[in-house]
Amino acid sequence: MLSMFVIPGHDRRLIPEGRLSGPMPWVIAIMIFLTVLAAATGLAFAEAGQNVSDQLASRATVQIIEANPDRKSQQTNDAAARLRGMALIDEVRVLPAQEIEELIAPWLGQTSGAQGGQDAGGFLEDIPLPALIDLKLARPAGDEELEAVRTAIRPLAPGARVEPSSSLISPVISLVRSLQWIAFGLVALLAMATAAAVIISARAALNTHKETIGVIHLLGGTDRQISRLFQRRIALDALLGGILGLICGTAIILLLGMQLSALGSGLVQSLGLSWYSWLLIGTVPILGMVLAMVTARMTVMGALKKIL
Amino acid sequence: MNEIVQFENVGLRYGAGIETLSDLTFTLYPGSFYFLTGASGAGKTSLLKLLYLAQRPSRGLIRLFGEDAVTMSRERLPGFRRRIGVVFQDFRLVPHLSAFDNIALPLRVAGVKEKDLTTPVAEMLDWVGLGDRAEARPATLSGGEQQRVAIARAVIGRPEILVADEPTGNVDPEMAVRLLQLFEALNTLGTTIVVATHDIHLLSKVPGAQMMKLEKGGLSDPTGSLRNPPLPRDRA
Repeated sequence: MLSMFVIPGHDRRLIPEGRLSGPMPWVIAIMIFLTVLAAATGLAFAEAGQNVSDQLASRATVQIIEANPDRKSQQTNDAAARLRGMALIDEVRVLPAQEIEELIAPWLGQTSGAQGGQDAGGFLEDIPLPALIDLKLARPAGDEELEAVRTAIRPLAPGARVEPSSSLISPVISLVRSLQWIAFGLVALLAMATAAAVIISARAALNTHKETIGVIHLLGGTDRQISRLFQRRIALDALLGGILGLICGTAIILLLGMQLSALGSGLVQSLGLSWYSWLLIGTVPILGMVLAMVTARMTVMGALKKIL
Repeated sequence: MNEIVQFENVGLRYGAGIETLSDLTFTLYPGSFYFLTGASGAGKTSLLKLLYLAQRPSRGLIRLFGEDAVTMSRERLPGFRRRIGVVFQDFRLVPHLSAFDNIALPLRVAGVKEKDLTTPVAEMLDWVGLGDRAEARPATLSGGEQQRVAIARAVIGRPEILVADEPTGNVDPEMAVRLLQLFEALNTLGTTIVVATHDIHLLSKVPGAQMMKLEKGGLSDPTGSLRNPPLPRDRA
């Protein structure tokens, strides 16, 4: 690949090169810019989905469903003690009433206790909400292991339910995965659009330099010699456009990243790019250049084969 | 003597029209000098295109350097084209290259190193009287100067066959004689020369040259001297 960048100056002069003079570098810049954004979106969703899945796969929640507050409290304490003794479970935390109230506040509104901070138990005493025990597991648990947990606490708390946390958020994970693949699909579509733009550009360049190509052919020039001239020109255009697109795309990603960080909530906050994602994004202009070069070569060689 | 070019019943038809060239049968020998004459539209340029491999015939057999040029694969054509020098009627100089670069083009295409081509190209420029116009672009050269650059480009690679289409059409009589002398010098070195011209006065300038006359796409005297061309002048 490098050989095409070191072709002699006199060969390069055969096909005049005007850097950034035609539309090609700008078209590539726009394509790479959009590709960078789509790729960053796809990678961010992929990472967010993976992070959330990893975090939730080793967590579970136990609901103690009992209308009588005293019995509920007793069952909760007994179940928590039993759970602490299980090898599968690393950490057991009984959620305080105030925390449960905060969890349901978006749906039921703040109680006077939560607002004033004096009667945190407030309406919980009037509504038979279940007690919650948050479990941190030693490893991601399968259905059978969770069933063993249920069996262990059922004698202590007959109405207890054990829910893996991942099941609660699985529709969201599914949506994130869909968005991730849509973004990667956009990257593929943009690559095809870039290739189409290169084909049009290469054909236009061939047409412009038809006379020169004809002369080189009749003087004994090979298809490879001629296609190298176009490959180099289009590869350099693509590289320049690609770098420009990468700079603009990166600026937009950083700006969006700052705004997302400021939101500071849940899944949105988990959207981010690791160093290897940034590395992948950094290769987009190079991949774009290789794509442009290969497309140009195939187009020019195909066109030259139609000439004797 | 081995023939360098052999045509047998060659016909050329463009599209669905009538044949531009019909039943051409002749042989060219190494080191010979041929004039190809005929009225406008007789098919001179078409015959030359077959000779310099810009066109394949519609029928017949063409052997070039002992090989079948009709069925030759595309991949092999460049190697054969490098053995043929061509002076095009419309010059076909590369407009954005200097006179020097235009003349150097066949050598560069053939992969000659820069240090090895500077001297021969400069000598060739002097030979055609353009030593002081080396850096001039074709657009700044007169028609005659462009033609001389085209001739210099055709002969710089010491081709085995030189095919020239009206090479003296745009130069004054004195320069025409000089160019013919250049062709003769090449011919003496063993290059087979084929010059298409409608100027019958040129024929007398090269003693011993053979004439091929085309009329309506066919050789007007297929049983004449071309069937049995004399030995090259240096061996006669």
